[in-house]
Amino acid sequence: MGNIKLWGLKKSPWVFHVAAASCNNCDIEILDVLTPRWDVERFGIVLVGSPRHADALLVTGVLNRKSLPRVLRVYEQTPKPCLVIGVGTCTCHCHMFEKSYNVVGPYDKHLPIDVYIPGCPPKPEAIIMGVVKALKRLG
Amino acid sequence: MNIVKILIYYIIFPGFLFTAIIGMFLTWVDRKVTARVQMRVGPPWYQPYADFFKLLLKETIIPEGASKTLFYLGPILGLLSMTMLSVMLFKMNFSPETSFAGDLIVMIYLFALPPIGVIIGGSASKNPLASVGASREMTQYFAYELPFLIVIAGIVLKAGGTIKFGNIIHLQRVNGPFLYSISGVISAIIFLLVIQAKLGVVPFDVPEAEQEIMAGPYIEYSGVALAIYKITRAMMLFLLPIFMISLLWGGIGDSWAILKFLLIIVLIILIKNTNPRLRIDQALKFFWIFLGILSIIGLILSINKL
Repeated sequence: MGNIKLWGLKKSPWVFHVAAASCNNCDIEILDVLTPRWDVERFGIVLVGSPRHADALLVTGVLNRKSLPRVLRVYEQTPKPCLVIGVGTCTCHCHMFEKSYNVVGPYDKHLPIDVYIPGCPPKPEAIIMGVVKALKRLG
Repeated sequence: MNIVKILIYYIIFPGFLFTAIIGMFLTWVDRKVTARVQMRVGPPWYQPYADFFKLLLKETIIPEGASKTLFYLGPILGLLSMTMLSVMLFKMNFSPETSFAGDLIVMIYLFALPPIGVIIGGSASKNPLASVGASREMTQYFAYELPFLIVIAGIVLKAGGTIKFGNIIHLQRVNGPFLYSISGVISAIIFLLVIQAKLGVVPFDVPEAEQEIMAGPYIEYSGVALAIYKITRAMMLFLLPIFMISLLWGGIGDSWAILKFLLIIVLIILIKNTNPRLRIDQALKFFWIFLGILSIIGLILSINKL
């Protein structure tokens, strides 16, 4: 029974989009992935409106003092098991904002991130590949 | 022996398990046809089952300060009513003599329970968006119930005043379906739009409008409770067209019933894909004024046997 449930999780990851103060380029690329051209519903990926329904959080942008509590709160509201996927170079490290007074450091200091997708912004193909790698990590 | 038989009726066939499996398959048909309309490939056939098993794996969170009993009562109420309804519908279609007086009224009430479950669950989840969704669900329920009940009254008049579901099916098998008349066609149009609203699909998906209030009453639901809501919706997608065929198109006894059923499902999906969402006040006006007047015209025509 556990195997069937894990199979279900791998075949239907519902994603929730957490925009943590990004410059919006990654957000627009994420919306591109959901258009009919790339059609991620082939893999069962659906964008949901509530973090309670989500299995994967797509986080974008550099964490700062204002956005960190919000991101942590959304992560706590998501039912576990859930994946966290960092989209864009900003999630890998602090990018060119490293010396800023407002930045609280990279994501992995605060959140367990499963997969990083580099690129500024990453291509839709790269985002799909990142989600596939995150699902492979489940076993 | 008898108890075992009743349990098999309710749990396996034609009750919960059979209806849920076929209903989830129909939700796949819905998603696939939607995808093809939008020039996409669409999900594979096992998608609804994968969604269901995935939701069983997830934890179920109860929001702080929410009423635990009512939070779980919402989904379970809808599931129980749909299970009972599936047994009644199939049993009376295949053996009309088991019908009892007033079972049509029982069925109308059982169809009314899932929206009441949604309202209870949405109000219990202590979320402002869920409260807005629950109040919209309530308004929409009052909106579509008026033309629906007038249509049922017209069907009862056509059947000579009987409120036995089995008698209505039997009369249609002897004298021909009620659909083949002017009032029958009017009833079918209204019935189709009411099915749309009862399922909460696009022209009338005001309660769970994703772009405005996220998922409305379902916003705080996760895990098993959300899975039960999904399965209830899938069972309704299977049972509402069968209810319509039974009342207007001669029951599901023969092999033509499959084609009739598919035609109604395709019509529902096409209406869903070619219409924008109405606002809640527009939905209320549409059901009470436009469809209300149309259904009264249908009622007058069916009194005059047209």
